[in-house]
Amino acid sequence: MTDQGMRLELTVNGRRRVATDVPPFASLLSALREHFGLPGAKNACEQGECGSCTVFLDGTPVCSCLVAAGQAEGREVTTVEGLADEAGLSLVQRAFVAAGAVQCGFCTPGFLMAVRDLQSRARGRTIINLDDEEVREALAGNLCRCTGYEKVIDAVRAALVHPTDPQRPVGASG
Amino acid sequence: MDPPARGRFTGRVEYVTDVSADVMVELNFDLRRPDALPDLDRVRELRDWDVVGGTARAGHPRALDQLAARDRLPALAMASSSVAASSLGGAGLGAALPDLPACDAYPLLLAAGAVVGAESFQRGVSRPLRHGSLDPEELIRAVVIPTGIAVCSFALALDLRARVIETGIGAAGPTPLAARAAARFLAAELDWGTLAVSEAAAARFGKLVARAAQPVDGVRGPGYRRRALEVLAIRALGWIRSAA
Repeated sequence: MTDQGMRLELTVNGRRRVATDVPPFASLLSALREHFGLPGAKNACEQGECGSCTVFLDGTPVCSCLVAAGQAEGREVTTVEGLADEAGLSLVQRAFVAAGAVQCGFCTPGFLMAVRDLQSRARGRTIINLDDEEVREALAGNLCRCTGYEKVIDAVRAALVHPTDPQRPVGASG
Repeated sequence: MDPPARGRFTGRVEYVTDVSADVMVELNFDLRRPDALPDLDRVRELRDWDVVGGTARAGHPRALDQLAARDRLPALAMASSSVAASSLGGAGLGAALPDLPACDAYPLLLAAGAVVGAESFQRGVSRPLRHGSLDPEELIRAVVIPTGIAVCSFALALDLRARVIETGIGAAGPTPLAARAAARFLAAELDWGTLAVSEAAAARFGKLVARAAQPVDGVRGPGYRRRALEVLAIRALGWIRSAA
C-alpha cells in the first residue's frame, strides 16, 4: 500500500462530506478529527479500551480508533457533534448537564454516545424496569477517571425517566 | 464469494472488519504496515446467517449479533451484551477469528464445539475450532454453532448425560485454549446431581484454568489475564449451579 493520501467520502451527521489526503492507515477517529474538523470524539487509548472515541457507524456504536478510515467510505457516521440540533441539546446531553455528570469532560462524548445507544435499545423501557446492571453493562466500555460513575448513572436515570419523550432518529436529539 | 485476494497477491495483507481490534491497534501504534488492507465488511456473503436443524451458521460478527438477538444462541447473546462493550461490536468474531486472542465470544464457541468453515484460493475446508488456527492463506467463510447446548457463560459447557465437561479460554493465549486438566479435575469433583462443588475444589479449578492460559505479551498488556481467568472460572461454577 502506498503512502499516498486517500479520498474519503462519508455522510457525517447527516451531511455528505469529502476529505482528501487521508493517510491510508488512518483510523476513522483520526480522519474525523484531522480531516473533517470534528474533534468531539476523543483520542485516548487508541486500543478500544476507553470508549472516548465512540461514534455511530451506520447506527451502530463503534470505537472509531478501531475502524480504518477507508472502511467508513460511503457510510453514515454520527459523532457527538450530531446529537444536538437547532432545537438545542439532546435529552441525553441535558441529563448529563443536570446531573453534573462531567468533571474534566474528556470521556463525556463517549459516554453520551453510549447512553444514546442504550436509549435506543431500551425501546421505551424506563429506568424503573431497566435493570441497573443493564445500565452498568451499557457503560462498561467507557472509562472515566474523575466522576466515579455515580453521577453518570444518575444522568442515565434522568435520560430514561421519560419513556414517552419523542425518540427521533440517531443523529437528531436523543 | 471471490477467492481471497491473498492467493493472488504477494505482499503482506491484513484483513479488517469493523471489529478488527488487534489489526487497528497495531496500525495505531505504528507496529505494522501491511501492503494491503482489504475490508471484509464489503463481502456480502459473509453477512449471511441461517439456522437449519440444530445448527446456526454465520460468517460475520454482525451476523452473529443478529443470530444472538433473535434468541437463537442465548449464551452468545449473553456474551455479546455483557462481555464486550457495545462499541467493540459485541461478539467480536472476525475474519481472523482463530488468530484473534482478544475475542469475547471465542471461549463460548470453543466450549460449544463450533466448527469453522474456511476458504482459501485453492480450497474450502471445515474444521472444529478446537483444532487450531487458520493456514496463512485462509479466511473464515462461516462459523457453525450447535444450538440448544446449555453453556454456562464464559467457557464452561456441561454434558449432563455423558458427565463430560468442556472448557474454552479466550483472550489469554495466542489461540483459544481448552483447560483440559481443569475440566478433568472438575468432572471428578463435581456433584453431578446438584452441580455443587466444594469451595476448595472451586479454588483449585480456578488455579488450573489460570494455569492453562498462555497470555500473549503485547500492547494490550497480559499481566492480569491469568488472575482474571481464575476469578471468571470460579464465578462460572456459581452460575452453573444457579442455572441447574
